[in-house]
Amino acid sequence: MAGLLFTIVLLAVYGVNYFAAHRKPGPYRVAPDFTLSDLNSQAVALSDFRGKVVLLDFWATWCDPCREETPHLIDLQTQHGGQGLQIIGISMDDEVRPVREFQQQFKMNYPVVMGNAKLGELYGGVLGLPVVFLLDRSGRIRSMWSGTLDVNQLDREIRALLSNS
Amino acid sequence: MKTISAIRVFCLLVFLAASTRLVAQATSIPNSQLINPEDLVKILKSSTAEKPLLIQVGSHVLYQEAHIPGSEYIGPGSSENGVQQLRKRVGSLPRGKFIVLYCGCCPWSHCPNVKPADDALLAMGFGNVKVLYIAGNFGTDWVDKGFPITKGD
Repeated sequence: MAGLLFTIVLLAVYGVNYFAAHRKPGPYRVAPDFTLSDLNSQAVALSDFRGKVVLLDFWATWCDPCREETPHLIDLQTQHGGQGLQIIGISMDDEVRPVREFQQQFKMNYPVVMGNAKLGELYGGVLGLPVVFLLDRSGRIRSMWSGTLDVNQLDREIRALLSNS
Repeated sequence: MKTISAIRVFCLLVFLAASTRLVAQATSIPNSQLINPEDLVKILKSSTAEKPLLIQVGSHVLYQEAHIPGSEYIGPGSSENGVQQLRKRVGSLPRGKFIVLYCGCCPWSHCPNVKPADDALLAMGFGNVKVLYIAGNFGTDWVDKGFPITKGD
């Protein structure tokens, strides 16, 4: 009994403050195109990835839920990159330096670009982080998450979109 | 039996480490120092209520997307530079000045910005500081509720 109570208390402190709002907006609109510079000052255009399933992750280095989801995104890119998944990290940090350090520390295996207010507005207002958009191979927004990700559900939705070639 | 005890000790240490981190976060700000969005809106709309100095202590990019009209952007409360800028901004103000700090970057329990900023003002002797309680983020708890906003710098 003591052990069970101990476990319950531990889970209560650790887990209950997380939430993730998940929406499947419909009819599915085409995601606004953008061209932004990555951390090597190379241009990255969303339209370059048409034909792939794209996951746009709005995040920042100072955002705890963002930091925690990053390893999961790296795993997803590793697992599904060969089948056509492309994750793009859109940092809403104010400076590049911490983003570059973060990318190196976490060994991020997908492009990271520096976002801005205009892009956030194009995507309906990114006014809290993290926010994730999942696009199908035609560039249409099929799902949106805000808050901490349900990685298992995200994985299921990615697999479903990848199977629609 | 020894293995179970070792696991429990490990879990306890993880719990304590997490708790220590949480103490530095917004959840450790006492309720008496919080103000709800609805109450702040009433103050801002009132023709008689004392208007606070509103300071956003989170992300500049998010501030540019939308912020409370009349609020100033100082710098993230989680950075030393942001706290220094905050101290500089309020340094010459009377210590009874009504100040409201807010962020809205992330779920309340994970906001790294409001607590350090609040602590800095309290350490300077400001006794009339409130922190805007934003449970989820600025989008869901302010903008989506139709409360006033403006954009840009």
